[in-house]
Amino acid sequence: MLIKKPEDYKPSEITDQETYLNRRQFIRDSGLLGLGVASTVINLPWSKHAWAESAPGKKPYPSLVKSPFSTDEKLTDFDDATSYCNFYEFGTRKSDPKDNSQNFVTSPWSVTIDGACEKPGTYTLEDILQPHTLEERIYRLRCVEAWSMVIPWVGFSLGDALKRFQPTSKAKYVSFYTLHDAERMPGQKRRVLEWPYREGLRIDEAMHPLATLAVGMYGAELPNQNGAPLRLVVPWKYGFKSIKSIVRISFTEEQPVSTWNQVQPSEYGFYSNVNPNVDHLRWSQKKERRIGNWLKQETMMFNGYADQVAPLYSGMDLKKFF
Amino acid sequence: MTRAQIITRLVKPALFIALLAPLALLVGQGGSDNLGANPVETITHQTGIWALRLLLLTLAITPLCKLTGINELVRLRRMIGVYSFFYALLHFMTYAVLDHSFDMTAILEDVVKRPYVTVGFSVFLMLIPLAVTSTNGMVKRLGGKRWKRLHKLVYLCGLGGVVHYLWLVKADTFSPLNYLALFLILMLFRLPDRTQDKIKAVVRNVIPGKRATPMLKEE
Repeated sequence: MLIKKPEDYKPSEITDQETYLNRRQFIRDSGLLGLGVASTVINLPWSKHAWAESAPGKKPYPSLVKSPFSTDEKLTDFDDATSYCNFYEFGTRKSDPKDNSQNFVTSPWSVTIDGACEKPGTYTLEDILQPHTLEERIYRLRCVEAWSMVIPWVGFSLGDALKRFQPTSKAKYVSFYTLHDAERMPGQKRRVLEWPYREGLRIDEAMHPLATLAVGMYGAELPNQNGAPLRLVVPWKYGFKSIKSIVRISFTEEQPVSTWNQVQPSEYGFYSNVNPNVDHLRWSQKKERRIGNWLKQETMMFNGYADQVAPLYSGMDLKKFF
Repeated sequence: MTRAQIITRLVKPALFIALLAPLALLVGQGGSDNLGANPVETITHQTGIWALRLLLLTLAITPLCKLTGINELVRLRRMIGVYSFFYALLHFMTYAVLDHSFDMTAILEDVVKRPYVTVGFSVFLMLIPLAVTSTNGMVKRLGGKRWKRLHKLVYLCGLGGVVHYLWLVKADTFSPLNYLALFLILMLFRLPDRTQDKIKAVVRNVIPGKRATPMLKEE
C-alpha cells in the first residue's frame, strides 16, 4: 500500500521566526486590520469615491476598502503625480510619459506567470484581479532622485496574488517584466536602458503585506503614464523598484536581474531599500523634497515603514546589501 | 553708422534685454504656478543650462568672427560671459538655499562626495575671478596680457560645465553629449592654423560630393 507523505511546507507558507516571536504584536495588528475593514463597512457611503480623479478614458472605482496601512499625510496633487513621472518607456524627461502615453492601449492585457510554480500560464488581467478585493492604500513614494510623493493607490496584496500560482520550494525570488513593444512604447526605440525593464524581489519581500499590486490611484484606474494597467508598489524601496505595466511574473531560484542595477551596480543595489544612511553617488539620501514643498525634509529609514519591514533584513549588512 | 557702432549701439543693448528672457520666463512661470511638479528642479535645470549655453556662446565668438569676418562681434563677448556667470550664480544659489537651506556642512559634503558637484562647484569658483575682472577698469588695471592669460580659464570652465552636465545625468546622455560635441568643435578653432588646415583636408575627403583630392584618386 502506498502511503503518501504530505508535501513539504513551502517556504512562503512558513511563518518567519521574527513574526513568530512577535506573534502578540501580529495579533494586535491583525485586530487593527479587522477594525479598519469593519470601519470601512460601517462608513460605506463615506468611502465611495466621490472625489475620484481620473485620467481621460480611465474609470473610477465605485467603492474601495480602506487599508489600515494608509498614511494620513497630505496627498500629492493628482496633476503633479501624473505629470512628473519616471517611465523611460515613454521618454526620459519627467513630462514625456504623460505626453507620449495617451494612445497606449491597455485592454486586452494579459500576464504570463512562469518559473518555479504549480500554476504557470498566461492569465488575463480580469482573471488576475477576480479573486481580490480592491483596497485603497495611501503610501509614501520615495524616488532615488531625492523627491517624494504621497499616493492613494488602488490594489491588493502582491503576496495574495502570488500564492494563487502556488510557488514551489525553489521560488526564492520573484522577477517582474514590463511590456517590451517599441511600437506601443516609443521610448523603447532608443536603447537608453536594456529593454524590457525588469525588477525583482526576494520571495519574503514579495509576500510582505505592504507589497502591493496596483491597478489604480486616486480612486480610479491607473493613468497610462503611471504604469497602467498593472504595476508594483513597494513603499519601503526606491520608486524604480515599483515596476510598471507588468506583462510577466517569474518565480526564480537565483536573484533576478533588475534594470538599474544592470545599468550601474555601484549606484543601484538589488535591494534598494530607502535608507538615509547609505549615500548615493548622485543624490544625498538623507533628505527628500516632498512634491509641493520648496524645502527638503528628513528621509526616514525604510521610508517610514521600518516597524513593518525591518525584520525582513535582520542580521543583514544594509550598507553592503544596499 | 559703422559696423562697430551698430554692434555696440544696437546689437549689444538688444542682446542685453534678450539674455534676460530665460530669467523672465522662470519668474513668469513661477508667478502663474507653471514651473511643474518640482519647481526647484525646474529652476535649477534652467539656470544651469543657460549658464552653460552662454559660456559656450562666449567660446563661439572667435569662430564666428573667423567664419563671418565680422570681428566686431568680440565686443559682445564680455557681456555674454557676465550673463553666464549671472545664471551660474542663480544656479548655485538655488542649490545652496532650496536644496541645502544654506547648510554649509551639507554643501561641502556634497562637493567632496559627488563628482558632478565637485566639478560644477569648481567651475563656479573659477567663473568668479573672470566675472570680477570683466569691467573696463579691471582690464586696464591688469593689463591686456595678464587679463588674457587669466581669461584662458574659460576653456577649463567650458569643459567643466559640460562634464558637470554629463556626470549628473542618470542614463540618457544624448543631450550632454551634444554639448560636449559642440564644445570640442569650438575647441578645434583654437588649434594651430596648420593643424586646422590638415583637419579641413581630411574633412573634405570624407564628405561625399566634394572635389576629390589626390588621396581619393589613388584608391
